[in-house]
Amino acid sequence: MNEIIFIVFLGLVVGGILLSLIRMLIGPTASDRAVAVDTITTTTVALLVLLAFVFKRYIYLDVSLVYSLLAFVGLCAIARFMEKGF
Amino acid sequence: MELLGIITTGIGVLFLLLGNFGILRLPDVYNRIQAGTKCTTFGTFFTIIGIGIIQPEWFWKCLLIAVFVLVTNPISSHAIARASKKSGVPLCDRSVVDQTEAFEKRKEI
Repeated sequence: MNEIIFIVFLGLVVGGILLSLIRMLIGPTASDRAVAVDTITTTTVALLVLLAFVFKRYIYLDVSLVYSLLAFVGLCAIARFMEKGF
Repeated sequence: MELLGIITTGIGVLFLLLGNFGILRLPDVYNRIQAGTKCTTFGTFFTIIGIGIIQPEWFWKCLLIAVFVLVTNPISSHAIARASKKSGVPLCDRSVVDQTEAFEKRKEI
């Protein structure tokens, strides 16, 4: 029963990532794509924690922590580049 | 205890799905930033805390990840909003008020 519930949760999160991926592909300006990438990375952190629980792997929590840190640094770099260029 | 964790994770997953749907549907960059940041921060926090409630040995590391997302997500979205305003991305035509113009006019005087 629990496995079915968590597979449904994984499907909902992956469906949300696909919706943001459509916006990242058709976004009119660069800011739309940056916002879509921001949402995709934050959703992927939650997806990694769900995968860590489903596969019972403790190491995926470290992966999600490092992934959120690198996404934060990368998005700050993208925002600074869009503001005034390097 | 496990039922409480599953309910919390379900609330978080629902908010993640709604936030990503708002990214696809809303008309403007700034509306999309609002939907993406609020719903995604709330959803990620509740999903990770729910996993920590289900598996109590993982609770402190899950709380660390959740607090890190809670701190850094508004900072990055504010940086993107500021950059898109300064690089001249227009608001949508149904917008009512833009207070940044009045602020810039006051700063020139």
